[in-house]
Amino acid sequence: MRVLLFGTCLVDTFFPEVGEATVRLLRRFGVDPVFPKGQTCCGQPAFNAGYDADARSVARHFLSVFDGADPIVTPSGSCAAMVKHHYPELFRDDPRMLEKARRAGERMYELSQFLVRVAKAHEAGLRGKGTVTYHSSCHLTRSLGVREEPLALLASLKGATFVPMPDAARCCGFGGTFMAKLPEISCALAEEKAASIAATGADTVTGCDSGCLMNIADAMERRGTPVRVAHLAQLLAEGL
Amino acid sequence: MSHGQTSLRFRENSARAVGDDTLRAAMRHAADTFGARRAEAFAPVADAEGLRDRASAIRDEVLSNLPAYVERFVASATRAGATVHRAKDADAAREIIGSILAERGAKRIVKGKSMVSEEVELNAHLEAAGMEVVETDLGEYIIQLEGEAPSHIIVPAIHKNRRQVGNLFAKHLGVPYTDDPQALTKIARKALREKFLSADAGISGANFAAADTGSLVLFTNEGNGRMVTTVPPLHVAILSIEKMIPSLADLPAFIRLLPRSATGQPITSYVSVITGTRKPGDATGATELHIVLLDNGRTGILSGESRDILKCIRCGACMNVCPVYRTVGGHSYGWTYPGPMGLILTALLTGMEKSHPVVDASTLCGACEEVCPVRVPLVPLILQLRRRKVREGFSDPNEKRGMALFGKAAASPFLFSLGQRLAGLFWPVARVLGGKDVAGRMPAPAKTPFRRKAP
Repeated sequence: MRVLLFGTCLVDTFFPEVGEATVRLLRRFGVDPVFPKGQTCCGQPAFNAGYDADARSVARHFLSVFDGADPIVTPSGSCAAMVKHHYPELFRDDPRMLEKARRAGERMYELSQFLVRVAKAHEAGLRGKGTVTYHSSCHLTRSLGVREEPLALLASLKGATFVPMPDAARCCGFGGTFMAKLPEISCALAEEKAASIAATGADTVTGCDSGCLMNIADAMERRGTPVRVAHLAQLLAEGL
Repeated sequence: MSHGQTSLRFRENSARAVGDDTLRAAMRHAADTFGARRAEAFAPVADAEGLRDRASAIRDEVLSNLPAYVERFVASATRAGATVHRAKDADAAREIIGSILAERGAKRIVKGKSMVSEEVELNAHLEAAGMEVVETDLGEYIIQLEGEAPSHIIVPAIHKNRRQVGNLFAKHLGVPYTDDPQALTKIARKALREKFLSADAGISGANFAAADTGSLVLFTNEGNGRMVTTVPPLHVAILSIEKMIPSLADLPAFIRLLPRSATGQPITSYVSVITGTRKPGDATGATELHIVLLDNGRTGILSGESRDILKCIRCGACMNVCPVYRTVGGHSYGWTYPGPMGLILTALLTGMEKSHPVVDASTLCGACEEVCPVRVPLVPLILQLRRRKVREGFSDPNEKRGMALFGKAAASPFLFSLGQRLAGLFWPVARVLGGKDVAGRMPAPAKTPFRRKAP
């Protein structure tokens, strides 16, 4: 089975190891990920800040790069939600593009969603280690409604212990451009998230969105609590 | 109480709030408590989602025919003996209420909790006319003594802890210091009881207005609402036009939803339905009832893209779960209504020019929508306002340039790669947007981007 891999701009630019882990995972389950070379970003920074015209130009590019019939898989709940829910809004006055956006939305999978629903990776008995806690990122949880899949994957890891985080679905304060516009609030929220993570005593915190994980890693470092921050794709790939 | 709108200074206000440990602790405690109580209160409700759908549909129906429901309410309330006034804006509302009270020589006024009266800054107007206005809701009483505005629409003194209240009472009421909540409540009750008995008039708000019967519906917990509306001979109620429900028969859905969403109670201690004036044989009730229906920009909102914010029934659940609100408190937003519903109303009712920074006061996390009992699409409404902010020229010029650059670069693989090679696309954009605050919190771009290794 062939899928188009949307790396996301953050993974592409800052966290290539997350992209590589995603590729290894997908291949292990007999999936052939293809990375369309023309890809860039989903346009969310502009959309969330109210710049629809700029977001539309990025969305149009995305839709032309990811045209076709293959499923699209991305290691980000937030970017998947952008394509699935916000692209149709961006093109509501353009029937031809709207149709394209809808079709892309239907083909869009967030990685953990794909791994559980299609690849049945949670039944594969992957290995894990240590104690792991999980941050349930906002758009993944509330916009895509992906709540159980990451937990099912974590629960399936042999040798790892899962520790739930208090208020796991409370925002970490990243919020894309929010972190730049209101850094005082953003840092305060990140500190609270870091405290929740520290309270679990876990040695690793994981999640499905590199933006949140980047923010969390910074907050953990400032706090001085040595906790490993890793994308779920990385944890799973290590147990192959 | 007039404090002047400070929404334009949202960032400064919130930065100060973030550094205030006492405030942060009080907010965390209160928001967590209300959030947890809400969840407990809904747990035993069978088909809570269906109930929300029904309430949402009722609110939709009201907004679709609001002028007709208002007409109907005016006719029914008038038949029941009330005098109904239409106030097109805050000035008109103040004038109307000031005149009603002045013409009857009313000097001593007791007030029940009303956010609409805060919106029109009623107290300051009446006090300037020489009247004594006493807030009788415990939370409102506390902040009136402090000279503050409410920081939450349901729990106005949510930002204060009991030690602060103890000090405040000791200072203003000549009582020995105590921080025992029960003792403090007793002190307030004693002070207020005297005010109720000597009041010339009572002013209240209303949670709903039933168009078919002309009834006002009030949800209260302390009993002060009943005292305000029934003890003095004159009762003036102020409410905004969108508080209509078609019929009293629609009330049960809101009885089940509003208290649960607001304070996590299955029902408030009191649910009052006031229909007209006291009739012969009635044991209680005001002999004269004036109802002031405030528009203040709502008719304009009704016909625009932000209409759905008028579905809001003011439960405050969205603020209790909002990560931003619980961190910065209500005063940071700089006007009457805080939190997710509040920032939307602030931008719409006071205009972008006076409020544009508050539309950024959301991480778009969606926690608010998850709890809204009438399914107000809060995140789409916030996004709409951000678009309007850009459209109307209130966005930061650097941000605007940055986004235009982003729009071009991210639509071209060549420019995008170039951007990455120039130390990443986000790095410089983030630097422009947020300076060291952002750059210091992001890692450096990877030496080799994923695209160069991807299959």
